[in-house]
Amino acid sequence: MANALDPHAAIVTTASGAGDGMLTTADGKPLARALARSQSRARRRAFLLVLPLLAFVVVTFVVPIGQMLQRSFYNDGFSANMPQLSAWFDQNPRGTEPDDAAWEALAGDLVASAEVRSIGVVGTRINYDVPGTRSLFTSTGRKVRGGIEPPYREALLEMDEDWGSARLWNAMREAATPITANFYLASLDRRRAEDGSIEQVPERQRVYVMLFMRTFWLSLLITGLTFILGFPVAHLLATLPMRKSNLLMILVLLPFWTSLLVRTTSWMVLLQQQGVINDILVWLGVIENGQRLQMIYNQTGTIIAMTHILLPFMILPLYSVMRTINPSYVRAARSLGATSWTAFRRIYFPQTLPGLGAGALLVFILAVGYYITPALVGGSSGQLISNLIAEHMTGTLNWSMAAALAALLLASVLILYWLYDRLVGIDNLKLG
Amino acid sequence: MKRTLVLTTALGLLAGPALADINLLSWGGAYGNSHLEAYAKPFEAESGIKVVMADADNPATPIKAMVEAGNVSADVASVEYADAVRLCDEGLLETIDPAILAPAADGTPAAEDFIAGAITECFVGTDVYSMILAYDDSKFADAKPATPADFFDLAKFPGKRTMRKGAKFNLEFALMADGVPAAEVYDVLGTPEGVDRAFAKLDTIKNDVIWWEAGAQPPQLLADGEVTMAYAFNGRIFNAAQGEGKPFKIVWDGQIYEMEGWVVPKGAPNLADALKFITYSTSPAPQARAAEFISYGPPRTSAAALVGNIEGTDVPMGPNLPTTAENLTNALGSNLDFWVDHDAELNERFNSWLAG
Repeated sequence: MANALDPHAAIVTTASGAGDGMLTTADGKPLARALARSQSRARRRAFLLVLPLLAFVVVTFVVPIGQMLQRSFYNDGFSANMPQLSAWFDQNPRGTEPDDAAWEALAGDLVASAEVRSIGVVGTRINYDVPGTRSLFTSTGRKVRGGIEPPYREALLEMDEDWGSARLWNAMREAATPITANFYLASLDRRRAEDGSIEQVPERQRVYVMLFMRTFWLSLLITGLTFILGFPVAHLLATLPMRKSNLLMILVLLPFWTSLLVRTTSWMVLLQQQGVINDILVWLGVIENGQRLQMIYNQTGTIIAMTHILLPFMILPLYSVMRTINPSYVRAARSLGATSWTAFRRIYFPQTLPGLGAGALLVFILAVGYYITPALVGGSSGQLISNLIAEHMTGTLNWSMAAALAALLLASVLILYWLYDRLVGIDNLKLG
Repeated sequence: MKRTLVLTTALGLLAGPALADINLLSWGGAYGNSHLEAYAKPFEAESGIKVVMADADNPATPIKAMVEAGNVSADVASVEYADAVRLCDEGLLETIDPAILAPAADGTPAAEDFIAGAITECFVGTDVYSMILAYDDSKFADAKPATPADFFDLAKFPGKRTMRKGAKFNLEFALMADGVPAAEVYDVLGTPEGVDRAFAKLDTIKNDVIWWEAGAQPPQLLADGEVTMAYAFNGRIFNAAQGEGKPFKIVWDGQIYEMEGWVVPKGAPNLADALKFITYSTSPAPQARAAEFISYGPPRTSAAALVGNIEGTDVPMGPNLPTTAENLTNALGSNLDFWVDHDAELNERFNSWLAG
């Protein structure tokens, strides 16, 4: 361990060797402690330097994302506003028929909640599980605002017979605990049956699983396409003489610097049925005017536009790695008798892997979360899961659902990242 | 140097809120411009209260975020009717006392002057917009589309169509095209058979529809010749036809109208001034003035008569408004209770139908 060349060796031996002969500083303090103190001061100072960034990241990233993700499994819209009924559900196991105490609790909570105008929150929460019940809560709320007379069961059933529905009571039981897995179930096209087991939603309501699969499949395809298109370009960039490669580099970077929206809309101009490409094909006589190709507002449009937009994220890491590859390795392989294909396959290509890994990971992760391009050019078959997350964020305002979908997306990306680390190794990643 | 920096920063922070007397959250674009020209500027001139406008894609989203975070910076916001009811029921809005609204010039109280449903607990309507059938006049030489059924008639009126991506509006429109009178649409749609019927009708043109997401897309698709017919917001089509001289025509038969209006987020910092602004901007004259900038109709009966010419022209705006009597013969008022209850369910089915 301690060899003669190690400058610390002398201290270590002296310090541990002599019992009372501890090294001290000039003013008599133990050296080890003084050293530790001064080092920790330096560390504190260094920490202070990164503190602004850390605070920034925590405030703008960790906290909001954490809060958002919390919504995916925590929704107290019902339990906080309907305390008596929630308590009744707590005391009585699943399967108990609602008794007089339950109806009284329900009526009491409805009146209280209508008074403080939280009835909409309650109704919205139940409406997630049983569509069509939100107005049941709000209209009953309006009726009971002045108070309600017993017998409560009859009174409520008279206002609306839906209050007797087993499905509704079941949903209220589910919602009585703020922590719920129901949003995750819904994100996987599942729901709770009346007996508490998990079942698939009816076939015509299923959409999320299919969209997750499509998102991953399209992202994979787009990653593959950017690789096939980007690899030769990156190679050219890395091997051409400086002046030419600089020009080529500008051609790669120019679209990269152009606004995403501008690039997406340019593709619309090019690809649409009355667009440039169809016009040229008709003019050349390749297709008839009546059979113009549908290249946009479907999956094809999404694939073409996203491949183009994400291409620089593949080219740049590949380029930066390729530039450092020493050409003499390939020359050596060739001189030892390898064909150019063998030299490429066994010598050149393996050395580009760190760049390829970085590029592929970047493109894939960006593609999985892509939103604006599929929204504009994807039509119906080119929609990705992010479009539905956006729909829940801004359209239905069901943020719990949006959070659950986003959490699943995040989790699957993290799993892929972990897989990548296991298979290729994250140390093999090179961005530049 | 350092001290001046600290001082100016502190002053800046102090001066910020003091300058902005009311913060108005609007939508931007031509619609936001109508708010600026017809409401904000004259209000500033009259009351001396400054109005600072900000834009959002849909102001309902930031309101929810602001109130839940307890950091409300907007005083008045323009939101859709359905969102107003939803936010109001969730307790995210201040209630607005209808007594603050200005009566009509002849003394009719506001509550009677506004059309039915335009004033709710937390909401005062500012304008009525609608979804309408629009077509490119140059594409149909002989017969012109005139009813919702024509939109679904691919044989008589060939060409692609564009519709909004979502269940709302399309299901009602499909039922009207299938022969359901406007008054019965929501009763039919409330039954499972009615929903099936609407989707079956949409099935007949599914392969010829381009789905739009942003309101600016339909006029663009019409202009590019990608589609021959569109089911779109009337204001966008009007702007393209009027402002850019495109040969687009509007069919009012089967229009579905909806309202937008003011709400006050709970905990708005300048509540009193915000209410003054609402009183001013919902009085008949500014209402009529706003309709001259964009073809959305005023929800006040007395304001409808005051609407003059399209801003910058001498063409009357009246016939282009959804609220004009002759445009309302077969019109459907969007039923927000229905949509608040069923939007999740029907949109899931719609998305699943779309993908299948």
